[in-house]
Amino acid sequence: MSTVDIDIPPQAGAPRGSMKAETRGRRLRLGDPIFRGLATASGLFLAVAMVGLGVVLVIDSWPAITGLGTKMLTTVAWSPSTGEYGALAALVGTFLSTLVAMVIAVPLALVIALLLVELVHPKVSRVVGTVIEMLASIPSIVFGMVGIFTIVPFMQDHLVPWVLSTPLGKVPGIAPGPNYAGGGVSIFTAGVVLAFMVLPFITAVSRDVMKMVPQVTKEAGYGLGSTTWEVMRKISLRYANSGIVGAIFIGFGRALGETMAVAFLIGSVFTSLPHSVFDPGTSIASLIALNFSEATDKLQISALIELGLILFILTILFQVAAQAWLRRVQRVTGGRA
Amino acid sequence: MSAVAESPRPSQLAPMRRRSVVGRKAVDLVVKVLSWIGALFGIAVMGFVLYEVIIRGLKAWNVAFFTQPTPLDPMSTSGGMANAILGTIIITAGAAAIAIPIGFMAGVYLAEFGRNGRVATSIRMVSNVVMGVPSIIVGVFAFAILVKPLQHYSGFAGSVALAFLMLPVMARTTEDILNLVPNELRESGLAMGAPRWRVTLRVVCKAARGGLITGATLAVVRVAGETAPLLFTALSSFYWITGLFGPGGYFGGPVANITKAMYDMANSPYPHMQALAWGGALFIMVFILGLNILVRLLFQRGKEW
Repeated sequence: MSTVDIDIPPQAGAPRGSMKAETRGRRLRLGDPIFRGLATASGLFLAVAMVGLGVVLVIDSWPAITGLGTKMLTTVAWSPSTGEYGALAALVGTFLSTLVAMVIAVPLALVIALLLVELVHPKVSRVVGTVIEMLASIPSIVFGMVGIFTIVPFMQDHLVPWVLSTPLGKVPGIAPGPNYAGGGVSIFTAGVVLAFMVLPFITAVSRDVMKMVPQVTKEAGYGLGSTTWEVMRKISLRYANSGIVGAIFIGFGRALGETMAVAFLIGSVFTSLPHSVFDPGTSIASLIALNFSEATDKLQISALIELGLILFILTILFQVAAQAWLRRVQRVTGGRA
Repeated sequence: MSAVAESPRPSQLAPMRRRSVVGRKAVDLVVKVLSWIGALFGIAVMGFVLYEVIIRGLKAWNVAFFTQPTPLDPMSTSGGMANAILGTIIITAGAAAIAIPIGFMAGVYLAEFGRNGRVATSIRMVSNVVMGVPSIIVGVFAFAILVKPLQHYSGFAGSVALAFLMLPVMARTTEDILNLVPNELRESGLAMGAPRWRVTLRVVCKAARGGLITGATLAVVRVAGETAPLLFTALSSFYWITGLFGPGGYFGGPVANITKAMYDMANSPYPHMQALAWGGALFIMVFILGLNILVRLLFQRGKEW
């Protein structure tokens, strides 16, 4: 913010003279404290509500935290009849699907950001950028539906059988496990769709940090006879390096908590660990989504809320890390993020 | 030049790599082509999703879709989405009614009063963080504070969950837009003897009107297509909303909504149910992308979002 803080007392300019103006001024002087109070209250409400969210999650998941202890994080079980709950499969599924998403989305986002910043006319850049940002406004459930009706059949009939027929198909982590269900509904498919859901976020942040690279530095590179790619790789990317790490963090945090699309595509197998990315699995968010409305057992509800708390903490860690990182980058490079 | 950039220490400068101009230009071209392919791929995905939704959704759009409630019998070939469309409008409007005033005032606080103070900085940081919190967690939260204690699902709980998602967005966009208003405008308002609240509302906000409307609309658009926060708050219903209170009312019971209905129907094996789900998807996309493009065209004057 470049503006200077001005805090002129409102009385300073009050009209002097007639009685009428004076009474009016006195009446209006009440307006200011009220207005300021309302604004401050709203601001504080925002903060308190957000902190309240965390507190409520902790309170409601307390029975599960004390009742299940570390079993929640270290075992694989989800059985209301025996009262055993362990979310290890969900944790593994969440990280695997997010990882697949990032492997696809990060390089794609980087080349798009490079294009937007360095290669095309600003007008073209704005149009392309807007279309990609529009991807972000497509609801999760629509991605889920497109995924289940068109991408799942494609994976099942073409991509997954092809990959498994190559030598790559024997590699642990890719070779199908006991739960393999044709590869259509799988952690991999969920990751692919997730990639396109987080693509706009990573692209937008990367583009912004690449824009912070000083023009003069780039021009110096061109002046020495570098090609566009050499300027990008040795100046722009190096300069924007840490900002891009922040962008990846933001994308990672987003992908972790995506619910509906993943719930459609990941297969919701939550009683055993996936052996491969082509196996069906589950994620924290989809486990909550699929089980919450049917849960009647108090411990199960509490366990599901605890899962929510775990996801909340995970995403907050990623958010805070990304924010702090990006702020540092902004300070170091002196630009706008 | 390559050696200089890669190794700043002079001792390493000696083995200077020499590459032909043709080779370097070829690499350059490959990268440019890859960038274009990447960007076109991103646009193609966007186009593919739109195409799928439009083609499949239009098949489901007929008079019944907009006039009939969702069918009770999953095997029926009649029925529409009308009750869910109405429900989504009511739930979203409820969320907007809660979040827009509070979010706006919070934004005013951040831009006009809090500025760079410690309180404002913490509020800003908290809302930045919460903007990245998954929407399902907000649903769990609304369940815990409204559904569990009251022992029933309600459309209002859904609105509260959506309002929660809107609040930080609304506050931060309001702040950003108010910060764009030049300080001279505030100073002249104050110099005329107007009290602070009047300057803020009548001068600053009036100058930033377009941006504020855009911000509020985009905040609404952001939550209109949400499903996860409604799964266990508004739930779903086959019936029309009956009013405010009572088991079929906004505060009293589950309220039909497009996204949860889509979720149930897309998981159904019956083609007509799936068709209705696609119809719902098209409706929500038209609403979201339409508003998105409309406000951008109307109010965006050179400012980038």
